[in-house]
Amino acid sequence: MEIKTLIYILLTGIFVNNYVLQKFLGICPFLGVSKKFDQASGMGIAVTFVMLCATAVTWPIQTYVLDAMGLGYLQTIVFILVIAALVQFVEIVLKKFIPALHQSLGVYLPLITTNCAVLGVAINNITDGFNFVESMFSSLGVGLGFLLAMVLFAGVRSRIENCPSPKAIQGLPVTLIAASIVSLAFFGFAGVIENMLGI
Amino acid sequence: MKKKLGIMLKGLIAENPVLVLVLGTCPTLAVSTSIVSAISMGLAATIVLICSNIVISLLRKIIPDTVRIPCYIVVIAAFVTAVQMLLQAFLPSVYEMLGVYLALIVVNCIILGRAEMYARKNTVVDSALDGLGMGIGFLLALLAMAAIREVFGTGMISLAALNMGEIEIPVLCNYNIPLLVQAPGGFLVYGILIAVVNAIGPKKGAEKRKNFSCEGCPSASLCGKVSCAENAELVSAAEESTLVSNEQKEREDK
Repeated sequence: MEIKTLIYILLTGIFVNNYVLQKFLGICPFLGVSKKFDQASGMGIAVTFVMLCATAVTWPIQTYVLDAMGLGYLQTIVFILVIAALVQFVEIVLKKFIPALHQSLGVYLPLITTNCAVLGVAINNITDGFNFVESMFSSLGVGLGFLLAMVLFAGVRSRIENCPSPKAIQGLPVTLIAASIVSLAFFGFAGVIENMLGI
Repeated sequence: MKKKLGIMLKGLIAENPVLVLVLGTCPTLAVSTSIVSAISMGLAATIVLICSNIVISLLRKIIPDTVRIPCYIVVIAAFVTAVQMLLQAFLPSVYEMLGVYLALIVVNCIILGRAEMYARKNTVVDSALDGLGMGIGFLLALLAMAAIREVFGTGMISLAALNMGEIEIPVLCNYNIPLLVQAPGGFLVYGILIAVVNAIGPKKGAEKRKNFSCEGCPSASLCGKVSCAENAELVSAAEESTLVSNEQKEREDK
């Protein structure tokens, strides 16, 4: 039962509650860095990584520090600072110990500091009342969902760029309209996971 | 006087944060499903924006340049927390409706973007006016999106959060397009609105629109003030050149 719940949380994060396409979190990198496949996947992996780190740090802080001391109202201010510090810390550690990984992910890390998807998943894990393991799976699912959306959309966009379109909708408008259609495709996943796992 | 008015008015149309500078896309798409939530989000963000602009402008000579982004985030987060607490106390239904997006005002690009682009270089009064103008511009753009999405999507205007029932719109309440209030409708309406602004709007902002507004993005200062896409291109170009030089070295070694 426990494993079933975890799989459910993971798959819901990837497909049904896709943060970019269904909840509109993390739109800036989604529109800004999805021009090429390599960059899109790099950004997606970096976001997944930071989400996992952020949840691993923010969940204990919320449970053992803020809630325990009745400081729940400081959640926003503490979380954003912790995430900002964490991203810098991760960057420094990667640079020092795993330079190869830093070279591939490093450029995306500073862009993630104020990504609303990262803060959003940290806050949502608390409001949804997940325990630590569930929170980690939820972050992993959301991160992979972000990666999936970025990669899919990079493919869509490379097609659009080659198509002639009216001047007024060139650039951002046509990108948004394409995003709308990709988002529509994700509607098909509603209810699938529940049926599949029999919940 | 006229100049001061100009500072405020440019946020409404010429440099509208949402439709021209393309900042703060996440809340724009997420809370524009109903007119009431759009207005409350717009007002909350405006209040935070004015207050943070004032404080950051006051502290502009004290905050060291190297740690300015964390300082701005602390100031903004403090005001967001204050707004959150006020709404929770006086308008709990609105607080529930905005949910996580209220806390996410902290990472709204408009607010950090204006701190970075405007408040740290200008006087207190100018910064406050800029905050007011940008805030109202954000509010109006949200309102336009929400009006289209709610009226055509549901055929009525729901005031349930204010305990005032709902206003039905004749004809449309029978022939609505539910897709518009869903996620795909958000992207679609936003895309079309920007296209309309592109087609009829002032041509001056055209350059800014192309760059996906990364110059206003809070991370821009960290990534060297070039747009994300441009930055990524630079990075890939640099990678390619290092690859090429490595190959050359290998050849030379051989």
